[in-house]
Amino acid sequence: MSISAGSYRYMKDLKAEKPNEMVTNGVLSSLQNFLRKCLIAILSYGPMPKHIAFIMDGNRRYAKFRSMQQGAGHRMGFSALIASLLYCYEMGVKYITVYAFSIDNFKRDPSEVETLMQLMEEKINELLENRSVINKINCKINFWGNLDLLCEPVRLAAQKLMASTAGNTGLVFSVCMPYNSTSEIVNAVSEVCAERKELLQSEHAGDCNGHAANNGVHSEISVADLDRHMYSTGCPDPDIVIRTSGETRLSNFLLWQTTFSHLQNPDPLWPEFSFRHLVWAILQYQRAYPYLEQNRKLAKKQL
Amino acid sequence: MLLLSHSSSATTTHGLAAAPPACSRRARLLLPRARAADTTGVGADRAAEALLQSGLRPESLPRHVAVVMDGNSRWARARGLTPADGHKAGGRNLERIVGLSRAWGIRALTAFVCSRENLSRPMAEVDYMMGLSEWLIGDNIDKLSRQGIRLQVIGDTTKMPGSLRSAAVQADEATRHNSQLHLMLAICYSGRWDMVQACRELAREAQANQLSPDDIDESLVAGKLATSAAGEFSCPDLVIRTSGELRLSNFLLWQSAYSEFFFTDKMWPDFGEAEYLEALRSFQGRDRRFGQSRLL
Repeated sequence: MSISAGSYRYMKDLKAEKPNEMVTNGVLSSLQNFLRKCLIAILSYGPMPKHIAFIMDGNRRYAKFRSMQQGAGHRMGFSALIASLLYCYEMGVKYITVYAFSIDNFKRDPSEVETLMQLMEEKINELLENRSVINKINCKINFWGNLDLLCEPVRLAAQKLMASTAGNTGLVFSVCMPYNSTSEIVNAVSEVCAERKELLQSEHAGDCNGHAANNGVHSEISVADLDRHMYSTGCPDPDIVIRTSGETRLSNFLLWQTTFSHLQNPDPLWPEFSFRHLVWAILQYQRAYPYLEQNRKLAKKQL
Repeated sequence: MLLLSHSSSATTTHGLAAAPPACSRRARLLLPRARAADTTGVGADRAAEALLQSGLRPESLPRHVAVVMDGNSRWARARGLTPADGHKAGGRNLERIVGLSRAWGIRALTAFVCSRENLSRPMAEVDYMMGLSEWLIGDNIDKLSRQGIRLQVIGDTTKMPGSLRSAAVQADEATRHNSQLHLMLAICYSGRWDMVQACRELAREAQANQLSPDDIDESLVAGKLATSAAGEFSCPDLVIRTSGELRLSNFLLWQSAYSEFFFTDKMWPDFGEAEYLEALRSFQGRDRRFGQSRLL
């Protein structure tokens, strides 16, 4: 039996129970799984997104509203993340990208940043040690961002996790941390410029006709060149971008890649995001799909 | 103003069979002179009063508003009109929004008129809209100059007809020193194109050894974007998209990194003063943190 998101939360909350209660809970859980599978099967008759991106907003407000300690909201958010990952896997979504930490977030209170870094290191190491979730969904994990800005323990853990899952061929899970879309674009522009300069220098060295080589620079750089140097190269653009907590902005997330994505901003805070919210998101996507697809085709003609 | 709907439902060329040259008499017959939005004197005072009565604080208004003017054709179809009528209505509405923006002290307004994706539409439709755009720009230069509005056309000039390029250059030269409101019309524009052309400029400079690729940073890239002429107002604080579509459609991608989005089901010709005030009230209520904690 594959690990379902419902089972994941169930196992996490398991307490000492009487045998009768255990049987009842087991039956309810099985029924829940069956109903979820039925609903996913019905959804699958319509177009399903291949790539969903999440801006996991609202963890701190969740903790504040419940008078929880600093960091507790983010821990609940991590549980919601794993659950959403497994739901998406069941639905056949191939790519999941999450905005875990923005470069701008470094400007926050140092104690909060420290708490977040410790949480990230702890969870990455948990995934490295207990590979049940990763193995079940054959997950390949990427970290997109300027990893040099991370402290060494977190950076090393992230690199180790990327290396250990590099050969997996199932769901592709990309974690943006620490990330800014404008930094990603600057990095791509810089690499393209360096690539062109190197190309022309090597042409100069090997070719007497320098004038012809010069004219090629600006006419050759294209969208595809920049695409190749983005962190997301090889991944399709997100079909849906979901920002929880009702905020309606991208906050410097995947600006290049979300050109024709369906933007959604549900009101629940990220730790409250559940299966029914994901189902509703996909239903909205399916409703807008004809317009989205036509615009993508028009865009491709102009590239 | 030219308004090529960004919705995929605007696919007909009904009513656009004759593509009038920009300044021909036939064009003037087809395009009744739009009623100018009164932005001076009594009209401006009334607009300012409406702002105060709506509970908006002038200091909380966005400095730069960007609009994706979607829904003209659907608006026309719902009324049994032609798409051309929808675009004319959209043009009149843009004039109204420009006037309101100026009266309310908004410093920059960017309107998404025609995307590069729209160029894939039937040639007759595209030609007609380019002609319409050129005629309206040329016809409004004097009025804009009187009102202190700087008009700039941003977009891929290689995709524009020569006459439209000339009209854009003329408008830019005539209004360059105006400072009340910086109006940018995005024609044949796309966010990805903007970043590619910025990359080409920087590559050219790197090739000429004017800079090293390692020196390229966010300010250098931003300085090469089409909106850079707006200086400190080059990034929109608020992006409004009408007609219920929930996407960016390749508009001001870099510049909208921290923009607040406002999506409304109203079609663009119906997006009037009340709707604009609603968008501004929504903006006033947003908690903009720019990635940081809220200051207590």
